[in-house]
Amino acid sequence: MDGAIPLFRMEGISKRYGGVRALEKAELSVSSGSIHGILGENGAGKSTLIKVMAGVVAPDEGRMTLDGREVTFASPAAANQAGIVCIFQELSLVPELSVADNIVISDPPTRFGMIDRKAQRRIAEEALARAGAADIHPLALVKDLPLSRRQMVEIAKALARKPRILILDEATSALTATDVAKIFGVLKRLRSEGLALLYISHRMNEIAELADQCTVFRNGRNVASYAAGTKSDNEVVELMIGREYSHIFPPKPPRASAAAVPVLEARKLSWTDRLDNVSLTVGAGEVVGLGGLDGQGQRELLLAFFGVLRGLSGQIFIDGKPVAIASPAAAREDGIGMALIPEDRKTEGLMLPMTVRENLSFAALDRLSKAGIIDRAAEQRLIDDMVGLLAIKTAGLDIPVGALSGGNQQKVVIAKWLMRQPRIILLNDPTRGIDVGTKQELYQLMRKLADAGAAILFYSTDYDELIGCCDRVLVLYDGAVRRELVGAEITERALIASALNIHGEESPVNLGANA
Amino acid sequence: MKDWRYWLAEQRGTLLALGIFIVMFVIYTSNHPAGFTANVVQTAANKGVLLAFVAMAQTLVVITAGIDLSVGMIFTLTNCLASWLVIGTGIETAFGVLAVLGTGLLCGAINGAIVIYGRLQPIVATIATGAVYFGIALLLRPFPGGSVNEGLADALTGRLFGVVPASLVVLLAVVLIVWVPFSRSVLGRAAYAAGSSETAAYMSGVPIRRGKFAAYALAGLLAAVGGLFLTFFTYTGDAAYASGNAYTLFSIAAVVLGGVSLFGGKGSAIGAIFGALAFRTIGDLLFVFDFDPLWQPLFQGVILLIAVSLGAFALFRVRNRLEWFL
Repeated sequence: MDGAIPLFRMEGISKRYGGVRALEKAELSVSSGSIHGILGENGAGKSTLIKVMAGVVAPDEGRMTLDGREVTFASPAAANQAGIVCIFQELSLVPELSVADNIVISDPPTRFGMIDRKAQRRIAEEALARAGAADIHPLALVKDLPLSRRQMVEIAKALARKPRILILDEATSALTATDVAKIFGVLKRLRSEGLALLYISHRMNEIAELADQCTVFRNGRNVASYAAGTKSDNEVVELMIGREYSHIFPPKPPRASAAAVPVLEARKLSWTDRLDNVSLTVGAGEVVGLGGLDGQGQRELLLAFFGVLRGLSGQIFIDGKPVAIASPAAAREDGIGMALIPEDRKTEGLMLPMTVRENLSFAALDRLSKAGIIDRAAEQRLIDDMVGLLAIKTAGLDIPVGALSGGNQQKVVIAKWLMRQPRIILLNDPTRGIDVGTKQELYQLMRKLADAGAAILFYSTDYDELIGCCDRVLVLYDGAVRRELVGAEITERALIASALNIHGEESPVNLGANA
Repeated sequence: MKDWRYWLAEQRGTLLALGIFIVMFVIYTSNHPAGFTANVVQTAANKGVLLAFVAMAQTLVVITAGIDLSVGMIFTLTNCLASWLVIGTGIETAFGVLAVLGTGLLCGAINGAIVIYGRLQPIVATIATGAVYFGIALLLRPFPGGSVNEGLADALTGRLFGVVPASLVVLLAVVLIVWVPFSRSVLGRAAYAAGSSETAAYMSGVPIRRGKFAAYALAGLLAAVGGLFLTFFTYTGDAAYASGNAYTLFSIAAVVLGGVSLFGGKGSAIGAIFGALAFRTIGDLLFVFDFDPLWQPLFQGVILLIAVSLGAFALFRVRNRLEWFL
């Protein structure tokens, strides 16, 4: 930094969630009149960092100073009071209220104890104009606006709070190019007005265009800070990776020549604005990965196969025959034989208060029963098989599944589906929040199932896993498949570059504008 | 779009309820043997405002995405209490009224405290507190009885200038004194915001807890106004279990007919008032068409079912089936 006293400073900030370390002695300095870009992979700690700044989570240790004075924030409101306003990735607008109501929501103007609607309207119009979104009517309900407009309202709302530090977390991810240009104009003006801006984005070209200073995060630490334009895209990607392989993966079999008919095939799947003409094939014995940044349509793609989405266009083929899958119940039927290991096992995978036994047999109850009566002996045999196969560690089959560790819970979810002997297995980030040992077992299992002939589609936010487990990886961006990596092409560099939608070696953006 | 169109969209539920009410009331009076006379209107108004007060109470809680199954019991409890206290000289009567309203406010505040600070689901918490409120009512009036200041009762249930039902004037006054300030205050805004998206409201630093607490407490107050009026009409207090439950149930029907979303965040007490008046009128249609009164509960049940089904239409638009379960 150039000697000036930073407006805001974080020192030695650490935060753990259970056994997971989100931030480890992180440091950050923010100065007035500048835009600070924050870079890092999924799970590098960026989101936690700004949540700490914005008063959403309290750090376990470390200190923050504003204007040289130590501060702590007990709530988002307290951070706002201090002039730190954050525009979150998940929108913080109230859908049933009007745009104007939302813009003034933290501190509505009042007259005689009641909200002054005229003043509210005026503030809202000013804020919308400042955000370059004067076309949005202040009386419109937020729920009636498309996502990109809502994001503009979100920015207007932040500006109405007269922030000293404005944090934008992936604020442009839902915006059209015109809106992005407008927002950039606004942000540059705010910088010249003396605001400190913190800009978090996965889009390298945006950081390059906006930022004065950049900080790269990795594994919960800030690993490098540099003046914008002093490093190439490739150097930055290098900084973001820099991680050793910490998992052991089973060997991949040599790539067989593509089977005649893929078990699962999609042609031009589209759904609302989340999926855009996705085509893919998964053959028997193949593990196909879905890569890319979080939230680029991977989850929706799996749900589309599993019959959860309505109004899906495009076609799905099983064994080369077109099928219409109307519900998860239809997806698991014999002709299709599909299983989905969901992302959130606590809500979508398990009934936590029910027993391990009950949870295990849910998906296979129709097979274990005659005339609606469950064959307890057959159930017991199958359950024993599964507990043995997956080495589920439990004090008994009749304890609530919620009492198991995260890894064993995930094994129960997987076992539940394996009891149906599925031919197609969809996995939605199955190793999130589970211990390394169990992860390793899951990798082995996945390969074993594939060797036995299953077709596996595997979404993971962990690049190591994609590299270690997959025969092919499809990288999604903005709901579309942007790149297919096969065999040895699956490297961390290739995954990150295509996830960020930048291509290979040279940087398309002219850097060094602020020498 | 012009401003008035946004206004219209916002008021659609209320206007629809008003429309239903007018149509039903026209059918009712045109088939009534006495026709559209001041007497018929007065009787209808007096029956209608009871439910209107309870429905307003329900609206406040439903806006926060909660539900208050104790409103009918607060209504019954305050009726019983009023039959003891609202009597005697002018001063005594005035203190009696204040005590009854204060009791309603306290009941609502207890509900709010349990739901907000005890983190219980509104449905469970208010079933339990409702049972308690009824139990107290029964101790106050093991048998129907008591009395009320008849001068006041007759004035508030009579007619002003020979035509305007006084009960409607009181209803209007309560709207102006309680609902309008609440809906335009920061706390009212907070109640709406909490009902629509509690996380977004929290992230925006909205005083969610105070807003919800105010909604529950004022709901108790409004139910007490209803209980007071019941005493004025009947001159007695009666701990009637079935009647208390019916008012709770009908208040939900009225709220839904009035365009208040059971998912929270949307609707107005004015709509709920018209919903209540419309619901009452529909129920009374049976009488003017000479049906056996035995059919009335079934008929009202069907209307209730239709009214709550209206809320399900939004699910047809959901494109990700997982959102059905949110």
